[in-house]
Amino acid sequence: MLDKEGIAKRIAQEIQNNYYVNLGIGIPTLVANYIPKNINVCFQSENGLLGMGPFPSEDAVDADLINAGKQTITMLPGASIFDSAMSFGMIHAQKIDLTILGAMEVSEMGDIANWKIPGKMVKGMGGAMDLVASAKNIIVAMQHVNKEGESKLLPKCSLPLTGIRCVKKIVTELAVLAVLPEGGFKLLERAPGVSVETIKKATLGKLVIEGDIPEMAFN
Amino acid sequence: MMNKKVKDAESAIFDIKDGDTLMLGGFGLCGIPENCISALVKMGVKNLTCISNNAGVDDFGIGLMLQQKQVKKMIASYVGENAEFERQLLTGELDVELIPQGTLAFRCMAAGYGMPAIYTPAGVGTEVAIGKEIRNFNGKDYLLEMAFNASFAIVKAWKGDTEGNLIYKATARNFNAAMAMAGKITIAEVEELVEPGGLDPNEIHTPGIYVHRIFQGSNYEKRIEKKTITK
Repeated sequence: MLDKEGIAKRIAQEIQNNYYVNLGIGIPTLVANYIPKNINVCFQSENGLLGMGPFPSEDAVDADLINAGKQTITMLPGASIFDSAMSFGMIHAQKIDLTILGAMEVSEMGDIANWKIPGKMVKGMGGAMDLVASAKNIIVAMQHVNKEGESKLLPKCSLPLTGIRCVKKIVTELAVLAVLPEGGFKLLERAPGVSVETIKKATLGKLVIEGDIPEMAFN
Repeated sequence: MMNKKVKDAESAIFDIKDGDTLMLGGFGLCGIPENCISALVKMGVKNLTCISNNAGVDDFGIGLMLQQKQVKKMIASYVGENAEFERQLLTGELDVELIPQGTLAFRCMAAGYGMPAIYTPAGVGTEVAIGKEIRNFNGKDYLLEMAFNASFAIVKAWKGDTEGNLIYKATARNFNAAMAMAGKITIAEVEELVEPGGLDPNEIHTPGIYVHRIFQGSNYEKRIEKKTITK
């Protein structure tokens, strides 16, 4: 079973050279820590920055320079700044190669819910509805089951949707799964020490298993 | 030349009245018009509709206006980190319309470009789409979203001149540049106000034609919401 860092580490393997990537809040933010040295990647932050760098040192903290998670950050050489309209312009024009975000639920059709729990949590969708509506490729980082042990990979989402038929791949503490165009979660990889049986029990939506399922490989 | 300089925040917002619709720039607490918000709180105008990406925190930004119950309706994309906001929302004191962040930006952009509406795929198939016109282009569904119609846009820039030209710093540009173009009356507060010629025309982000009043603000706190550092 993977911890949050493990999920981030596995997702980092999906990033290809010269990708423009948008990272959501939470586990996706951690992905930046595991990009292989030989891979050149440019991070977009939807509040208006391309070329986001690591957190600043204490004396370089600038209140005017934050990421979409409102954390203080830095700019790498070659970075650029733009306003919110242009930022979502490049998102909807599909200039971003990969979007990585968290989810509370994903359906076997690739629907995603991650912005609202009726009666409990109303924080808002932020940029998530835009990102999922126009991303060329979406990978979701999430827990396979909730605290009660109930599956979050469902036939149909029970929570208000963020977007429909958009998720392409899911990485959880248990597995890597692809969402099939015709519907269904295709099991691609198992987390270290996790059996196919465990993944079956944790997946309420349609699970497609073909042949032997390899264990995730980490360098 | 046009001189748009006013003395201070009070004289910039003097004609804002109860029930007006205001756009307020900023992302989180980054690049918010601190001086104008303080002046609005002091002025005590009520029943405002505020269009802003966020709603500040309990004791800073738009949170200060919420504390004084000056806001009737909030249009925003993300409103976490504000307990007073959540309380007013749950008790029904505050009307809230949550919209996708890109839709918020594009509705500002449309107003600034003289376009009545835009089409966006954000929110298709979700509760955001309820009651909205859907049109299919090239096999994909889009929602029709109307341009904003706000009496005032209040923005914060880094530098400005008395012509109203603005330059923003780093990610404090965010919604400020889009909203500056979108107000019927746009008020800009800047950290440094210079005479015409004091800014390089090649570096202007918002041309002065969009700005009606400008003043040099003071005592910027620039509060940081989440200070993260590399040790």
